[in-house]
Amino acid sequence: HYAAAQKQAEPAVLQPTPQPKDDFQEELVVRPLHSGDIYASFQFRTLWETDFMRGNKVSHYRLFPKSLGQVISKFSVRELHISFTQGYWRTMQWGQPYLPSPPGAELWVWFQDSVTDVDATWKELTNVLSGIFCASLNFIDSTNTVQPSASFKPLGIGNVTDHRFLRYATLPREIVCTENLTPWKKLLPCGSKAGLAVLLKSEKLFHSSFHSQAVHIRPVCQDWQCKTTSWELRQTLNVVFDLHNSGQGKREWSLFKMFSRTLTEACPLASSSKIYIDITDNPEQFELSPATSLLSQAMVLGDRRTFSVYDLTQQDTFGSVRSLNLLIRWKSTEGDMLRPLLHAERYVAGYGLQTGEIHTLMYNHHPYRSFPVLLLDSVPWYLRLYIHTLTVTSKGKDNKPSYIHYQPSKDRVRPHLLEMLVQLPPNSVTEVTVQFERALLKWTEYTPDPNHGFYVGSSVISSLVPSTVAMDTNSTRERPLFSSFFPCKEESSYFVRVYTEPLLVNLPTPDFSMPYNVICLTCTVVAVGYGSLYNLLTRSFQIEEPSPGLAKRIANVIRKMRGVPPL
Amino acid sequence: MGLLSDPNRRRALINLLTRLNAPICVVCYMAGVAWFMGLAFEPFTLRTYMSENAMGSTMVEERFPSGERAVATGREFAAHKKKVSGMPVEWLVKTMQARGLEVYTQRFSRTLPFPDENKERYMVKGTNVYGILRAPRAPRTEALVLSAPCTPGDNNNQAVGLLLGLAQYFRNQIYWAKDIIFLVNDHDLIGMQAWLEGYHHTNTTGMDWSPLQGRGGSIQAALSLELSSDVVTSMDLVLEGLNGQLPNLDLANLFYAFCQKIGVLCTIQGKLQRNDWDSVSGYSHAVQTMMLMVMKQASGRPWGDHGLFLRYHIEAATIKGINSFRQYKTDATTIGRLLEGMYRKLNNLLERLHQSYFFYLMPSLSHFVSIGYYMPAFGLLAVILLPGVLSVLTPLVISHLTGAALYMLPIRFQEMAVEHFPVSETEAVVLTAIAVYTAGLALPHNTHRLLSGEGTEQGWRVLKLVALLYLAVLLGCTALINFSLGFILALTLVPAAAFVTPHVPKVLSAFVLVILSPACTLLFSVFFFQELQEMPVSFLDGWLLYLSVISQGILDHFLYGSLVYPLIALLVYPCWLLFWNILFWK
Repeated sequence: HYAAAQKQAEPAVLQPTPQPKDDFQEELVVRPLHSGDIYASFQFRTLWETDFMRGNKVSHYRLFPKSLGQVISKFSVRELHISFTQGYWRTMQWGQPYLPSPPGAELWVWFQDSVTDVDATWKELTNVLSGIFCASLNFIDSTNTVQPSASFKPLGIGNVTDHRFLRYATLPREIVCTENLTPWKKLLPCGSKAGLAVLLKSEKLFHSSFHSQAVHIRPVCQDWQCKTTSWELRQTLNVVFDLHNSGQGKREWSLFKMFSRTLTEACPLASSSKIYIDITDNPEQFELSPATSLLSQAMVLGDRRTFSVYDLTQQDTFGSVRSLNLLIRWKSTEGDMLRPLLHAERYVAGYGLQTGEIHTLMYNHHPYRSFPVLLLDSVPWYLRLYIHTLTVTSKGKDNKPSYIHYQPSKDRVRPHLLEMLVQLPPNSVTEVTVQFERALLKWTEYTPDPNHGFYVGSSVISSLVPSTVAMDTNSTRERPLFSSFFPCKEESSYFVRVYTEPLLVNLPTPDFSMPYNVICLTCTVVAVGYGSLYNLLTRSFQIEEPSPGLAKRIANVIRKMRGVPPL
Repeated sequence: MGLLSDPNRRRALINLLTRLNAPICVVCYMAGVAWFMGLAFEPFTLRTYMSENAMGSTMVEERFPSGERAVATGREFAAHKKKVSGMPVEWLVKTMQARGLEVYTQRFSRTLPFPDENKERYMVKGTNVYGILRAPRAPRTEALVLSAPCTPGDNNNQAVGLLLGLAQYFRNQIYWAKDIIFLVNDHDLIGMQAWLEGYHHTNTTGMDWSPLQGRGGSIQAALSLELSSDVVTSMDLVLEGLNGQLPNLDLANLFYAFCQKIGVLCTIQGKLQRNDWDSVSGYSHAVQTMMLMVMKQASGRPWGDHGLFLRYHIEAATIKGINSFRQYKTDATTIGRLLEGMYRKLNNLLERLHQSYFFYLMPSLSHFVSIGYYMPAFGLLAVILLPGVLSVLTPLVISHLTGAALYMLPIRFQEMAVEHFPVSETEAVVLTAIAVYTAGLALPHNTHRLLSGEGTEQGWRVLKLVALLYLAVLLGCTALINFSLGFILALTLVPAAAFVTPHVPKVLSAFVLVILSPACTLLFSVFFFQELQEMPVSFLDGWLLYLSVISQGILDHFLYGSLVYPLIALLVYPCWLLFWNILFWK
């Protein structure tokens, strides 16, 4: 939807130009948050009018990174979405993000229907991506891969919806750091030499509350008639800077304070290079300098937002000092944040190392509209779900899901997959609970730090949420009366994906110094205890007379002859 | 094995054992007690050392600056507490929010099974307030807890002040890898119980609580802070938790290490460490410290708010500030730095604390006795029971019924007792318990009437066999879980079990048996405990204390799920009754 908003703002972007056949755009959106924190979201988009498929050998690359192009053609990828996230998006403090992602690494891929052995291709692909992004994606195997039936639909064009060609996996434990950022930056046409990417310095990006970087590849229409397709590569990076950690704690942000850099030029290869500042709450709350006269309106996440736009391709944006350092200063801390309509949390209940219960809470904060959500849960096999204990309750009543897709796990082969379509009543909390038993692993299956616990990836909640604009049917804010009677379909709801926190679950863990003790003890018991007991049980014992001496023997012969008992 | 395969020598060995049975038993008993007393002797114990790598080698700097401000916050808290005469929920929420925490509250209510006269409460209603410091770039999977109880009166205000001061300071640091939960719990243990049950969504004790809104994943460690003065002379560490559970020894090591580093006097059981272990007074000091730990652990009750965490596999301890008449004082900034250091090290943890010991006794903060050292003392006592087994069924059921009555009647009959006798509910419960207990002594007559016949010589032998086996298993299991309780019970019950036969002088033996019964053990323990604390009491005061200890034991069971009361009522007492039966066998 955000992409759609961009299209509305600049309808000229997609016009077909014969030369060159590829195109690069960069932009940065800055949203000051009510908590005083600041959210910066970078998007870099490369469009390329080419065809990787049908044995077409593509060898000349200009803007599009060659490493990814080869991945697309070799593995017949239709769509690829990969994200690396450090931290958890705090929906209740920060609102909805432009691009949601779960903590750790997430990868989902749609393959072309020409692929015969999807599992083998997937295995190979994850290993290749692992090398490209310097991440532990090679840990993705059948035990953490699922094929969601409804939650992850293709985002590009194409009519393949057979989920046999979809693979989804998360690695909640993956830690994201500079070694992942560098290869990601190398995919950009200008690298980190020019344009917005000069701001991406790791010492600041990792001094933040939230950091997420992603790569999305999908086929899109080349023009409105959609006769031919282009490949779109979208690289995104989201970061939230914390007010309290930033030093003096004054409610004031600038590009320099955030990234310790200012901007002096756009990327020369970019056809468009813009900065958007969300000023919907201006001027009541904060002031912006330097001021700009360029304004843009867009529907973002169901809300009508106003942005100040800075065009970096224009020289006068940089002013007389030839450098742009945007400054945002809060005037007051008044005002409440618009409460996110959908939000979710998850935790493990119970104590002890035998059983437990996973609780997933989904909040619908809409005052009067109910809406359906798709819940996807992928739980590793070593938590043995008791699926008969699955309950879904809202407002104290049983809430029957209208669609359930459950695939039980197989030990050491595949995880549990649970997908449900649940209707969330207005202004309510819906609680999904399911009990599980903790499996005892084989001793080589434990991680090197078994007492840390084992991770269960985030659940994914996807939904079409009624938009807040549609909510105020009474408001005539900047809208002619004739346009506001029937709610417009596009604006009436918007797509949201919410990720819950991952879980850390302790499994029964043996004392690993114990095998040594056990071996010693067992050997001793077998050798001494069993051996002698066996001896005692199987042998019979008699008192054996020592052989008598010669004199005694003679005496006995004489006694025998006399008929007296021997000595 | 030649010894056993040679029938001659085998016979000789058995003869020797049967002949020397009584002296061997005496020797074993003495050896067991001597071994136990030896545990407090410093050369026989191990020095504590940090086992956990993540907390050992890494360096942290303590920079907490604002102790003065924390004390001022504490005064402000005290003023608000007085104004609303209870927990100042609104003020706390606002203050925590201003410090950049995510703040949530939890309401809870609980009606006690009978009024608790020590703390003057019956129907408890309260609100816990907690703020979560979200670690930057951590996915809410792990958390640490710092709690301070909001106690009525003028106590503990400084603890809450320091907690808020630390929250403010911690919030501005970037290095946190685990969420930190700052909890101010209402009504001390009851509030803590409600919060923990809410956090883990369990209900073990029938408490009413409102569900928690915010969580920080699995809690790795917790500290509870008690501080009632602006300056302190020493910090005391409390380890004993519910049912005698102890936190991992590394937590105690961590506290000791930082006290040494920062230069704060630290104590355990309120006892400073002494260097003169080779003198008599030094040794008796160590014995006193260890015996205090044994008594507290054996009581099975939580000796601080941390005690309830242990059930959830969360390592926890209480840190108490003590202000005595000593010259050298420590201010709030130093205590803040102590806590900061401890939390930074806990923050460095990669795994739950598991490297060090879970079963130990501490004769001083720098020395500990591990399970491998104290178990032989118990083993020597228990071995006496085994020859008893060599000798050869019946009132078992009746004994247990009496035990079950002792467990259930006091609570059930409190109303009836209050109607008919001029006593309060608490007294009713305690006195009913004592009455049932005493009534059990009349059991032998009733048993025999039921059996309607003369007991045979073989009969009591079988009974004694069963009783001895029973006692051996019971004490063995208890000592594994809660060594101190097991040891104290063994100390009294084992002699009783060993000497009792129907052929010993009746009156004298009955007197000895009563002296060695669980109830009298408890009575002596009360006096002994007071003696250890250097606060001896008169017999009457001791008796009143004894009654309140019984009521506290029952309350602990119903409120927090402490297992000592049911253990005594359902298992130990019936077992003792079996021996009582043997004595009066006809």
